[in-house]
Amino acid sequence: MKLVNFISNLAMPLIILIIVIYGLKEKKNVFDDFLDGAKEGLGIVINILPTLIGLFVAIGALRSSGILDLIINILNPLLSIVKFPTELMPLAMLRPISGSSSIAIATDIMRNYGTDTPLGMMASVIMGSTETTLYTIAVYTSCVKIKKTRYILLAALTADIVGIITSIIVCQFFV
Amino acid sequence: MLNIVWPIFIILSFSYAIFFGDINLLNSEIFKSTEDAINLSINLLGTICLWNGIMQVASKTSVIDKLTGFLKPIIRYLFPELRTKPKIQKEISMNMIANILGLGNAATPLGLKAMKSMQEENPQKDRLTDSMAMFIVINTASIQIIPTTVIAIRNSLGSENPTAIVFPVWIATICAAICGIIAVKILIKVTQNDK
Repeated sequence: MKLVNFISNLAMPLIILIIVIYGLKEKKNVFDDFLDGAKEGLGIVINILPTLIGLFVAIGALRSSGILDLIINILNPLLSIVKFPTELMPLAMLRPISGSSSIAIATDIMRNYGTDTPLGMMASVIMGSTETTLYTIAVYTSCVKIKKTRYILLAALTADIVGIITSIIVCQFFV
Repeated sequence: MLNIVWPIFIILSFSYAIFFGDINLLNSEIFKSTEDAINLSINLLGTICLWNGIMQVASKTSVIDKLTGFLKPIIRYLFPELRTKPKIQKEISMNMIANILGLGNAATPLGLKAMKSMQEENPQKDRLTDSMAMFIVINTASIQIIPTTVIAIRNSLGSENPTAIVFPVWIATICAAICGIIAVKILIKVTQNDK
């Protein structure tokens, strides 16, 4: 447990250290390059801001109106058989479809249940270990104009489901 | 996609709140949500800019190029069709390394280049080859060393240990990738004859 935490916390500083040393070794203007990239980051955040506002309002409304609880209550008996936490169902369903709405839902979950609680951890790990599958498939197949995709959606969604289930199991061990 | 999902959310929740729920609660939630979106974005700014800067440094060095060596045995197993195509192998491994490092902006153009090279070798232009299918599913598996966005969100919500999720994410993402690869291998066999 302590080791896991140590590895988790070591990863980011270690990568930054290696990259900076590597940049120096190859005689690059490390700080200028850093500034270029950081400026680009500004654009990324500004670009997603309007999307986030729209989605936060929609998801906040889903929860405060009580309809989310209604849906969760309906699904509850079904999901409790497989021991799937019902609160994570909206996230699991939207994750492959839309990147920004899953960010909004995951944030909503973490805000309501806490970031370091089992539910908050599960939502975080699901977000970190899966991708906006539908979008990726669309981009990669349309660039070569291919229509016959041989059911790769099925394979990709299998991977997503396994990723989500593993996230839930792993968090039960580590939290 | 959001052109469908977003209106459904709005119509469902707003009409439910008007007829069955608490309209005052909805009102305060609307304004609170916009505020939360701004707060999250401001908090995301720091982490995203920092990481993007670091990755810009990485992309200026030859580190991606160097790391592709580690992938050689994996690539050979995953893409048996491409054993005699070192150029495509290289493009695929550069895309994978960029993904692993979290260089989203660099990974997509590299990936599309690899797709185009594979399409040139494709005898049946309207159908994915085995290699293309494998390549796309690996790209949907999100193998990433540092899940920066989630860490930034956790940080913005005052987590005691925002990076605690890194190791669990590795486990989940590796399990997902392995299952994805097995699923593709099966699909390749199953769909071999229906051309």
